[in-house]
Amino acid sequence: MKIANKTVTATRLVKDALEKAKHFADYNIFTFIDEEGALKRAAEIDAKIARGENAGRLAGVPYALKDNFLSRRGDTTASAHILEGTASPIDATAVAKLEAEGAIMIGRTNLDAFAHGSSTENSYFGPTLNAYDKTRVAGGSSGGSAVAVALDIVEFATGTDTGGSIRQPASFNGIYGIKPTYGTISRYGVVAMASSLDCVGFFAKSPEDLDLVMSIAAGQDPKDMTSLPDYYDDDAYGDDASAGPAAASSPTVAGVPAGVPQAASPADAKAAKKIGIIKDFDNDVVNAEIREALRKKCKLLESKGHEIVELEMPTLKYALAVYYIIQPAEVASNLSRYDGIRYGFRSENSQDLDSVYKNTRDEGFMPENKRRIMIGNFVLSSGFYDAYFLKAAKARTMIINEYAAAFDKCDFILTPVSPNYAFKLGEKVNDPVAMYLEDLMSVSLNLAGIPGLAIPAGEAKDGNKLGLQLVGPRRSDKNLIAFAKELQDEND
Amino acid sequence: MIYIPTIGIECHVQLKTKTKLFSEVDNDARGKEPNACVSPVDYALPGMLPRLNGAAIKYAILAGRAMNCKINPYSRFDRKHYFYPDSPKGYQITQFYHPIIGAGWVELPSGTKIRIEHAHLEGDAGKLTHFDTYSLVDLNRVDTPLIEIVSMPDIHSAKDAHDYCKELWRLMCYAGVTYGDLYNGNMRFDVNTSVAEEGSEQLGTRTEVKNLNSFKSVERAVEYEIVRQTKLLEAGEKVVQQTLGWNDATGKTSPQRSKEVAADYRYMPEPDLPPIHLTEEFIATESAKLPLMPADYRAKFGEIIAHDTLEILLDYPELMLKLNEISLQTGLAADVVLISNLFASVLLAEEKSAEYLNDLPSAADLAKLADMNTKKELSSTATKEVFLKMFDPQMKGRGTEQIAKELGLIQENDLGALEAIVDTVLKKPETKKAQDDFRAGEEKVIGFLVGQVMKESHGKANPSAVQDILRKKLA
Repeated sequence: MKIANKTVTATRLVKDALEKAKHFADYNIFTFIDEEGALKRAAEIDAKIARGENAGRLAGVPYALKDNFLSRRGDTTASAHILEGTASPIDATAVAKLEAEGAIMIGRTNLDAFAHGSSTENSYFGPTLNAYDKTRVAGGSSGGSAVAVALDIVEFATGTDTGGSIRQPASFNGIYGIKPTYGTISRYGVVAMASSLDCVGFFAKSPEDLDLVMSIAAGQDPKDMTSLPDYYDDDAYGDDASAGPAAASSPTVAGVPAGVPQAASPADAKAAKKIGIIKDFDNDVVNAEIREALRKKCKLLESKGHEIVELEMPTLKYALAVYYIIQPAEVASNLSRYDGIRYGFRSENSQDLDSVYKNTRDEGFMPENKRRIMIGNFVLSSGFYDAYFLKAAKARTMIINEYAAAFDKCDFILTPVSPNYAFKLGEKVNDPVAMYLEDLMSVSLNLAGIPGLAIPAGEAKDGNKLGLQLVGPRRSDKNLIAFAKELQDEND
Repeated sequence: MIYIPTIGIECHVQLKTKTKLFSEVDNDARGKEPNACVSPVDYALPGMLPRLNGAAIKYAILAGRAMNCKINPYSRFDRKHYFYPDSPKGYQITQFYHPIIGAGWVELPSGTKIRIEHAHLEGDAGKLTHFDTYSLVDLNRVDTPLIEIVSMPDIHSAKDAHDYCKELWRLMCYAGVTYGDLYNGNMRFDVNTSVAEEGSEQLGTRTEVKNLNSFKSVERAVEYEIVRQTKLLEAGEKVVQQTLGWNDATGKTSPQRSKEVAADYRYMPEPDLPPIHLTEEFIATESAKLPLMPADYRAKFGEIIAHDTLEILLDYPELMLKLNEISLQTGLAADVVLISNLFASVLLAEEKSAEYLNDLPSAADLAKLADMNTKKELSSTATKEVFLKMFDPQMKGRGTEQIAKELGLIQENDLGALEAIVDTVLKKPETKKAQDDFRAGEEKVIGFLVGQVMKESHGKANPSAVQDILRKKLA
């Protein structure tokens, strides 16, 4: 990178980033800016480089941290009132790995409180504005991170994706965003939303940058028992141009349950691929300009010798319903710990234990948090568990199987990320179902645990950014990122 | 009308793992400040994830096998939700749908078999101390691993309830999975009692007495509930299904101001912990580590050690283990009997016996003691004395023979030397009358003469040998 070549100092880069952050203050991107800490870190990195020491693969690179990651710098609020003033004694594993490679966090970014939302309008600190139209939403829940990268304040930003929270804001702001295979990056130290769906991922301006930060952050973590054994940079998944599928030794990855679809083969990204498109998504529910953008990309791929195959995936239409049972159930459970007893906000109006709980949670949570707590507790309550949660869990298995079958027919799937591009601020705030429909095409990946990469796909006529998502089988993350280069054109 | 009581018991056993069930914090909070053994995982900082302690799985296998239970190759954790400050996460991680320990049974000393429905792993809750206007929260105990053992309603008397709890305690101590300190809550019992008319097909309405921590209180609480419920039914009233507390001082149960009144726990699979898959080989390997159980000791020593003595000693796994070692070393039943009697009547009578149990003499030293006794090198009084000195901080570890020598307790069995001492005594004028009396047929004066010889030998002579010599000389 630039710094190692001594063309620029870490201090210069960090100062620029901090200046830009201030310049774009009206976008409401950051919940905390660590000017002092970031400059101190930059000076340390510069000193290291001056001494000729290895300062890491991300030496001096400024990044933004979604405010639901624990870090010893600044309070971790998840943009929620109930967590205000919560200082963490530890760093999330992902944070520790990035910083060990010299990355410098300049600030924490805004999100829908506890990542509940698709627009960042559910933040206790107010909405973040879209990078290209300040009257429109940034997308969400990782809106702050997406806009921080789109406005070129930082090189990359962290995000979390439970149902589209990285991919959708990435596409709303015309940048790349990866939701990795479930378990690729440790969830340790990340404020939990829905544990079986949550994925840590990144925003960046190029596939190459995504690949670098993924390669650093990925890996098994003993502190997260659901993290996968290291696989991201395994040779088996590399892009050796000379090795076709036949030349590859069959990859065996320890700990992978039998029957789970693997990356088809260690094929290289440049070889001809089969790209699936889902017929069901080509209808009026999806904005016409997004569908047109998808067609254009398909033509581009065909012109490069790749093959487009049509897929029937009839189970996917249940994904949103399944998601809005499993996700609120886990949300309700994960939010139980916020009771005003041990950290964060406690209501002043409390006389006894009951009122501590009731008032703290009433005043501390946003309406969307409460909505999900109520739905979640309803589907878990005795007498309804079998009808809702258990049934949803079974349908989830069907969705997993449907993706597995689809990847027998193709290497990747290309779909819209969401039915619409960035909508107007306030447009859907009072219509939760319309807001939930934004997740229509993104949530099935989280249910199936498979990776998805949001890629830029040009602009709408009104100048707003369009995006698509490239979907792959479990552990195909590196290939997915590599293949994104095939989809690049001058309009992005 | 005769009413038949039916009792089912849930028992919580704290496991003695080094660290907690889901974090790397010290699991032994004895004598520590409140909240000294608490990690961010335990106090439920956002973003913290449970990390399953493999030692708890191994202990669960041992505990299950100690109760003749099937070990389930597939088990899983679930979240049990409730709000209370003793539960920082807002839920307890337990095994509701797929417990690790399946069905089995426990045999009471009386021979009655009580079936085990299942047993599961879970994290313990914290501890609250209530004051007038505030409460203090101590999270040291949070996520200490517990095994909850759920019995079938196979118990029909207060005595059996007592015996069942005591046998569970023995089994868990023998299996080595718990410190078994009841006073400190290492084992706690929730007792469900109902009574129904004799011959009735249906069970009566049950009450649950929670958190009993002694066998005696289990017995008394059950006794009290049986009487209370029977009186209610006899008066034509109904038993109310409720959770009760037990007051040891008043000897009564009373409705508990419960944190869990009619709660819906909203169970959900724990998404942060993958399911546990145990191979048959792993289960077999771990099961093989189960030491001898009380039933094994009853089978082995029931014929040679008196029943009452054996049942007393069975409360002390350390002693049974030692007896077994001695038995394996010498193969002599007499040695085992002698040492078992010393354990029961001497060691356990000592004020410091609890301390001594942690630091028993070696089996070899105890076997030597038995051997010296058998060879009459030590009188029975001297044997006890040497035995006790083996626990003396000044003396222990010196070897049995050395201790006996230092105390000058080894009996003189050398007949030549003994004869010389007897002759000396017989020459003394003060024994003259006794000698005459004995010759005249007064049998009991032999005791006086033996005493004189013992005195002359400074207690080292073997009294029965002395008597033999005296009888010969005075014949």
